[in-house]
Amino acid sequence: MTMYAALIYTDDVDWSAPEHAEETAEYGEFGRGAAAIIRGGAALYPTSTATTVRVKDGDVVTGDGPYAETKEMLMGFYLLECGDLDEAVAAAARIPGARHGAVEVRPVIPM
Amino acid sequence: MTELDDNRHAGHAGHAALVRVLRDEGRRVLATLIRTVGDWQVAEDAVADAVERALATWPRTGVPEQPRAWLIVTARRCAVDRLRREHRRAEKEASAVELLLPPEDRDADTIDDDLLRLVFTCCHPALEPAAQVALALRTLCGLTTEEVARALLVGEATMSKRITRTKQKIARAAIPYRVPAAHELPDRLLAVAATVYFLFNEGYSATSGDVPLRAELATEAVRLARLVHDLLPDEPTAIGLLALLLLQHSRRDARVDAEGRPVLLADQDRDRWHHDEVVEAVALVGRGLRRCPDRPDPYVVQAAIAACHALAPSTEATDWDAVVSWYDVLLTVRDGPVERLNRAVAIGERDGPAAGLAAVDVVEGLDHYAPWLAARAVLLSRLGRTGEADVAFGLAIDAESNAARRDDLRRRRRRPGVT
Repeated sequence: MTMYAALIYTDDVDWSAPEHAEETAEYGEFGRGAAAIIRGGAALYPTSTATTVRVKDGDVVTGDGPYAETKEMLMGFYLLECGDLDEAVAAAARIPGARHGAVEVRPVIPM
Repeated sequence: MTELDDNRHAGHAGHAALVRVLRDEGRRVLATLIRTVGDWQVAEDAVADAVERALATWPRTGVPEQPRAWLIVTARRCAVDRLRREHRRAEKEASAVELLLPPEDRDADTIDDDLLRLVFTCCHPALEPAAQVALALRTLCGLTTEEVARALLVGEATMSKRITRTKQKIARAAIPYRVPAAHELPDRLLAVAATVYFLFNEGYSATSGDVPLRAELATEAVRLARLVHDLLPDEPTAIGLLALLLLQHSRRDARVDAEGRPVLLADQDRDRWHHDEVVEAVALVGRGLRRCPDRPDPYVVQAAIAACHALAPSTEATDWDAVVSWYDVLLTVRDGPVERLNRAVAIGERDGPAAGLAAVDVVEGLDHYAPWLAARAVLLSRLGRTGEADVAFGLAIDAESNAARRDDLRRRRRRPGVT
C-alpha cells in the first residue's frame, strides 16, 4: 500500500461560509464514501489568513499571504492509502475539488 | 521462437542474429522479471547480466533447448545475487531475499501478459509523453540509453536522468504493473497507440541528427505495433495502428530520392513500395472495420485512407471519391483542422483545384501551419494564379521547418503550373 496526499487546488474562497454549504456537503459525502482509504486531511481557510514563515540566518521571517500567487490555491488535502496510483487517481477524481479546480496526487515519503 | 530454432539447426548462429534474438527475448524476460522482482533497475541489470552470459556461452555450447526459460532462470539468479548484495550493504538478512520472489512461472500466457503489463506501464498516462517514448525505447525495444538519446536528439546525460526519473516515479507513485481492466482498455490502448505513432513519426520524418539511427525508430515502432497487435489481436485500435504503420512504412524505399530529398506521394515509384506489407495491411483494415461497425476506430479509418493510396496504380487512378468518403468518416470520430485540411486536399484531387482551394480556405486555425500554406500554394499554382501562388509559396517556405521539404517547395515555386 502507498500513502498519497491528494492536494486540492480550488478558488481562494472561504469554504466555511454558509454560501458554500452545498460544496461542503459534497465533501462530507466523499468522506463517507472513501472512509476506508482516508487516513487524514483538512480543509483550509482562504489564503488571506495565511502567514508564510522562513528562517534566514537563524531569524524567523514572516510574511503575510500565501507562498505562491496563482489563481487556484491549496485549499485542503486528504491523505489516502491506496494499492496503486490508479486507485489513488480514481479516488481523487471523486473529490469535489477535482470538478471545481484540480487535485494533485503525490506519494508521501514513508517515515 | 522459430528464428532461434532455425539458428540452432543452422549450427552457427551469426553474432548479429544472436544479438537480435536476445534483444527480442530480452524484453520478454525483462517484462517477467519486473513483475517478480518488483524493482525496474534490478530487473534491467539482471537481464543485461543474463544476456551477457548467453552471448559468452551460447556460441560455444549452442543455443539451449528452451532459450527463454534459460534466460529467465539465469536473470532471476542474477537478480537474487544483486538483491543479496544490496541487502548485505543495508545489513539486512540476505537469505530472506529468495523468499521475497514469487515462484517462477514459465507459462507462455503469463509471459505475454507480462509484456502487456510492460507496454501499459511504459505508456501510463501519469508519465509525460517524452518519458513514455524514452522508456518504451529503452525497455520494449531494448535500445541502450545512449542509442535512445541519439535517436531522440537529446544529450545522453539528460536522457539518462529522464529515464531514471521516470523509473523513480513508477516506483514512488506506485504506478501499477498490470493490464488495464476491460472497461479501461480502449482509452489506455489509445494512449499506447499515440506513443507508438509518435515514435513512428520521429523516425519517418527524421531529417536531422543521426538519420539512419532515427530512421530505425520507424522500424522499432512497427515492431511495437506488431507486438501490441499480437498481444491484443481483437482490439480495433491495435489492428488499425499496425495496418496504418505498415502502409506508411511500405513506402520507405520510394519516399526519398538518391540525394535524400523527400519524394511526394504523387511522384513516388510505386514499384518500390513493399507490396507484401500492403497486402497484409489491407487484410487488417478489413478485419478492423468488421470489429467496429458502429463507431469506427480512428486508426482503422486512417489505415483505410492509406490503403486507398497504397492500392492505386497512380495518383490519377486513385479512387479519390473513396478517399474523401473515408475522411468524412474520420471527421465523425476525430475532427481536427489537420484532418479537415487532408480532406480538402483530397477534394482538390477529386473535383479539381478550384473546389480544392475553396475547401482548403474554409479550414480554420492553420494560418501558420506549413502544410496548409503549401496546399494553398500548389492549388493556386494549378489554377494558373501565378502571382498569388508565388506569395503563398513564400509564406509556406518561411513556415516550413524541415530543410528538405523547404527545398521541394522552392523547386515547385520555380516551375509554376507543373505542380
